[in-house]
Amino acid sequence: MKEVTYARALQEALTEEMERDEAVFLIGEDIVNLGGVSGALKGLAARFGAQRVRQTPLSEAAFVGLSVGAAITGLRPVAEIMYVDFVTVCLDQIINQAAKLRYMSGGQLTIPLVIRSQGGGGTSEAAQHSQSLEAWFAHTPGLKVVMPATAADAKGLLKSAIRDDNPVIFLEHKLLYATKGEIPEEEYVIPLGQAEVKRPGEDITVVATSLMVHKALAAAESLADEVSVEVVDPRTLVPLDMNCIKASVQKTGRLLVVQEACTRGGFGSDIVRRVTEECFASLVTAPQVLGGANLPMPFSRPLETACIPREETITAAIRSLVS
Amino acid sequence: MDIQRDTLVEMLRLLYTIRAFEHKARQLYEENRLAGNFLGALHSYEGEEAVAVGACVDLRKDDRILSTHRGHGHCIAKGADVKLMMAELLGKETGISKGRGGSMHMFSPELGLLGGNGIMGAGLPLALGSAFTAQYRGTDQVTVCFFGDGSSCQGTFHESLNLASLWKLPVIYICENNQYAVTTPVAESFPVPNIADRAAGYGCPGVVVDGNDVLAVYEAVGEAVGRARAGNGPTLIECKTYRYQPHCMVIPDRRDTAEMEEWQERDPIPRFEQYLLDQHITSEAEQMQLRQQVNEAIEAAAAFAQVSSLPDPDTVAEYLWA
Ligand SMILES: Cc1ncc(C[n+]2csc(CCOP(=O)(O)OP(=O)(O)O)c2C)c(N)n1
Ligand SMILES: [Mg+2]
Repeated sequence: MKEVTYARALQEALTEEMERDEAVFLIGEDIVNLGGVSGALKGLAARFGAQRVRQTPLSEAAFVGLSVGAAITGLRPVAEIMYVDFVTVCLDQIINQAAKLRYMSGGQLTIPLVIRSQGGGGTSEAAQHSQSLEAWFAHTPGLKVVMPATAADAKGLLKSAIRDDNPVIFLEHKLLYATKGEIPEEEYVIPLGQAEVKRPGEDITVVATSLMVHKALAAAESLADEVSVEVVDPRTLVPLDMNCIKASVQKTGRLLVVQEACTRGGFGSDIVRRVTEECFASLVTAPQVLGGANLPMPFSRPLETACIPREETITAAIRSLVS
Repeated sequence: MDIQRDTLVEMLRLLYTIRAFEHKARQLYEENRLAGNFLGALHSYEGEEAVAVGACVDLRKDDRILSTHRGHGHCIAKGADVKLMMAELLGKETGISKGRGGSMHMFSPELGLLGGNGIMGAGLPLALGSAFTAQYRGTDQVTVCFFGDGSSCQGTFHESLNLASLWKLPVIYICENNQYAVTTPVAESFPVPNIADRAAGYGCPGVVVDGNDVLAVYEAVGEAVGRARAGNGPTLIECKTYRYQPHCMVIPDRRDTAEMEEWQERDPIPRFEQYLLDQHITSEAEQMQLRQQVNEAIEAAAAFAQVSSLPDPDTVAEYLWA
């Protein structure tokens, strides 16, 4: 094993997949001069050349549409949208084109496309640079949705996403890029649709995604003397590994879902729905979603902090569910 | 212009085929509607046939096109089988998109037909990608992207023309200016006389063509294709034309009858027939015979569509994932 940052793990995945398959290319804003705002693409232009690392003008609809068009004609684009908030200006290309063309063509078109972007708050960037929009994509049939929380997952899942023949929305978290984690020295992939138990436990299941996985793990650790918490990270929302989640709930009888996205209409509600429908008898108490506030993300730090689940609020929710 | 006789005859055949297809499609829709079976929106290409034919007749099979909601003409001109198209209109399993797409969404990647689109202006960035693939792979394939005067007012137009020209992508943007977007005349859509004039702002050629003159379209597109194949980037071609039918079958038409008659006098089909007679390329009898053959093929297509089966509901979830 070796320790790398999440950003470095992404870069390794891109490097390996670009080396493996000449059809893979990168496209996005400031990806050559800057390596993208996350820095995850640093050095790739020097390594692979301007033909395969395409820095575009400020035109998301053009370059995301270009990516869809390139995918249906045989290339494997990996597009980067600087912040997930900016998908609004190219949503047609994602929702009406990438997600639809295979079905509408009766299976004649194949769309091996990855769209990477970063979401999440906690950086005082206010409401247009802090959203967690995974539910928008998960709601749209035809898109896979991936949310890695660790360096190891980021690398293994990105490699799978690039090899997948379907459009994949790959959502990173801006506060995770600098975090470090262990990854295998040798090549590996993590299949889409495989959850991971990040911490085994007996009394309650906490399903958390992205940055919230780390907060849930911290909460579990701080409660270790009181309650045994199992933390499950689905890692991909579409496809969703319900078997792993159900197995955990069947063991613990309790479910808390933690997401950074606004609670209303969020993906957590769907996990609760599925658990309620599919293993109601195992539940000893009503499942709960602890999500972000149903508000635009405020700029000022204390207000922003109040909008996002944190270790203390997770701890409190766990306590109330097991009491 | 030096065009092979075969090409000229093929143009006439395609013009006839598109017109006959649209007539038959309208008839089938109307019959179905009266029987209580509404088949969605049908956008007739009648009157605009010269654009698709002039643009596509000389394309190679491995060149690609992006069509529109008014796309039957593009599909036929790119070589699609009218049987499969007609079956698609009726939502049959034998349809060109297996009944999953309908009138606005006909696909045949092996013919380079990357589909129509229900979203105005959405084809322009997709065409960038198709052209990008050719450039990336170092092939000399070109991509032709059709869109309307209304769609030229979408933001995707700006982004796509800019990027295509910046990267010298092998794409030909063909604006079918049929004077209206649903009920909105061009004068209420943009304050300049020609959409093609906008090309200057992107540093690529912009050409205005009589879209009812199949040979004029052929010539302008031929030049643009040559430019694109040679690696010299995109061209914006605006074809001035007119649709004969209402926007789609369900939308009432309040256009001026004098205006409509004036355009009908410039109908692309009799004009081209006359040209072929004048040049002694085809006789009247040959034209009549060709028209007859086309009509028979369209009747056969309609019959094929009608006897084909509807998709099995058990297959509804197929084709979502690769
Ligand atoms: C983004 C979008 N807005 C509106 C519509 C509804 N709509 C369908 S066709 C059309 C007019 C298109 O006009 P034009 O581009 O000139 O093409 P034409 O129908 O004249 O061939 C409109 C507004 C749509 N399908 N997509
Ligand atoms: Mg129009």
